[in-house]
Amino acid sequence: MNGIRARFKLDYPGFSLDVDLSLPGNGVTALFGHSGSGKTTLLRCVAGLQRAAGELVVNGEVWQDATTTLPTHRRAIGYVFQEASLFPHLDVRRNLEYGLRRVPEARRRVGLEHAIGLLGIGHLLGRKPDSLSGGERQRVGIARALVVSPDILLMDEPLAALDLERKREILPYLERLHDDLEIPVLYVSHSPDEVARLADHLVVLEQGRVVASGGLGETLARLDLPIHLGEDAGVVLDGEVVEIDGNWHLARVRVGQSESHPGGPVSLWVRDSGHPVGHRARVRILARDVSLALDRHDDSSILNTLSATVVEVADDSHPALSMVRLDVGGAPLVARLTRRSVSGLELRPGKLIWAQIKAVALIG
Amino acid sequence: MSPSDLGAIWLTLKLAGVTTALLLVIGTPIAWWLARTASFWKGPVGAVVALPIVLPPTVIGFYLLVAMGPHGPVGQFTQSLGLGVLPFTFAGLVVASVFYSLPFVVQPLQNAFEAIGERPLEVAATLRASPLDTFFSVVLPLARPGYLTATVLGFAHTVGEFGVVLMIGGNIPDETRVVSVQIYDHVEAMQYTQAHWLSASMVVFAFLVLLALYTLNPSGRRR
Repeated sequence: MNGIRARFKLDYPGFSLDVDLSLPGNGVTALFGHSGSGKTTLLRCVAGLQRAAGELVVNGEVWQDATTTLPTHRRAIGYVFQEASLFPHLDVRRNLEYGLRRVPEARRRVGLEHAIGLLGIGHLLGRKPDSLSGGERQRVGIARALVVSPDILLMDEPLAALDLERKREILPYLERLHDDLEIPVLYVSHSPDEVARLADHLVVLEQGRVVASGGLGETLARLDLPIHLGEDAGVVLDGEVVEIDGNWHLARVRVGQSESHPGGPVSLWVRDSGHPVGHRARVRILARDVSLALDRHDDSSILNTLSATVVEVADDSHPALSMVRLDVGGAPLVARLTRRSVSGLELRPGKLIWAQIKAVALIG
Repeated sequence: MSPSDLGAIWLTLKLAGVTTALLLVIGTPIAWWLARTASFWKGPVGAVVALPIVLPPTVIGFYLLVAMGPHGPVGQFTQSLGLGVLPFTFAGLVVASVFYSLPFVVQPLQNAFEAIGERPLEVAATLRASPLDTFFSVVLPLARPGYLTATVLGFAHTVGEFGVVLMIGGNIPDETRVVSVQIYDHVEAMQYTQAHWLSASMVVFAFLVLLALYTLNPSGRRR
């Protein structure tokens, strides 16, 4: 029984949490929402740090139901706090060993050396936490949570307390984590950027309620979500680097599944970031960077022009704007247009059109 | 110094040592509870613990004498156990000293526990440590400065007590005659030289204790 089933109900004056979720037992699930949306509270309920009525089953193991609630130290979790919260009286090595020593040997799956290598903290082992930088501390915190070999890794905005530089330092480690380990991760974040880079599954929370839950690509392509995402509305597509153009420092990334697409398999030109052919790549296309045209224009500066089918047209948060969902060879795309353009181009579901993509970001 | 002076010094150190050890054991759960509870009783219990700071020692001594005396509730209890009555015994002095010095141990511990906050306990729980395990592996080491302060203050305050001892212990050599009482006796008998010796020793002792406290426990280096 793989997967997580979580149902929690909590009432405070001025705040209530009422969620009922089934989450996959693998990959990274982002709990996304603004502050006060209840995402951290939900995470703390899963950890047992916050008591709430409900039930919680993780990989077939009941952690909470109507009659019993497992205390935090009996749950097979790893928890990364927003501030690394290392024990100040222990050096890095003994911080790492603190949890490890309390896990029976038969249950250890993540080795100490493996975690140290994964987070690149081998040179820090003898240091005390107060002599580490914020980024180093957080890496130690993540490694410490990993070596207890959790059934589920809970991360509460692990990057939020760090400046941009430190975030850039840690993100690659998180991506390695994602690729290397088969531990499901619940990742709390209010940053669309982090979600786009790391998540496979997305849960959007608002005022203690779940407003969307599903695979990252299809959830981001839902037209009722831009309201929550604002300027960051857009899609994330997973693909593969299939060609490098050394002359122009560009890479071609193939996305989507359909081979029968009129223009052949869908691919996008992006800036070459040194990934070899065959590298699994993820690209992000913001709705505001997609424009539509009835004819193909090869006389423009736009590099990526794709043939697309209109799937759905919906109102955006501002009365002047519309969101249009497109299908590009099986891959979803969303475009933010003015309602006047929608009317002028007579966009409606089923219509064939050219999507001009001004910017594609390769995010891993 | 006369043998009776040395006897008084030894008795004082023994009393302070036993009292401090007992206080650390008794004070820890009280301080832990006071630091963590949201109960209505936090205020009243905290106030009772702090009473010895404001009450004249003679008042504490008087009530303890009444309670532990042959007709008091504690006295009746100890008699029923075949222990006799506590006043004018070393054991009685220890009991009285524990009450008298309680706030000087509980308050530093409580402050230390409060300063630790919730987070390290939560971290320990997510790393599989049970609450008791957490207390010994995280709380105690982090509260070390508090324990140092509590030990020094509890010990020193017991050494310095006079009024309670006089009320409850009287003046029995090698049983209840501690240094402070011995000095009083010397002065009563106009033996100023002996009084000077003992008093000066006390001054030096007090200074050394506080010096140790301030150098071993610099508040600026905690974090």
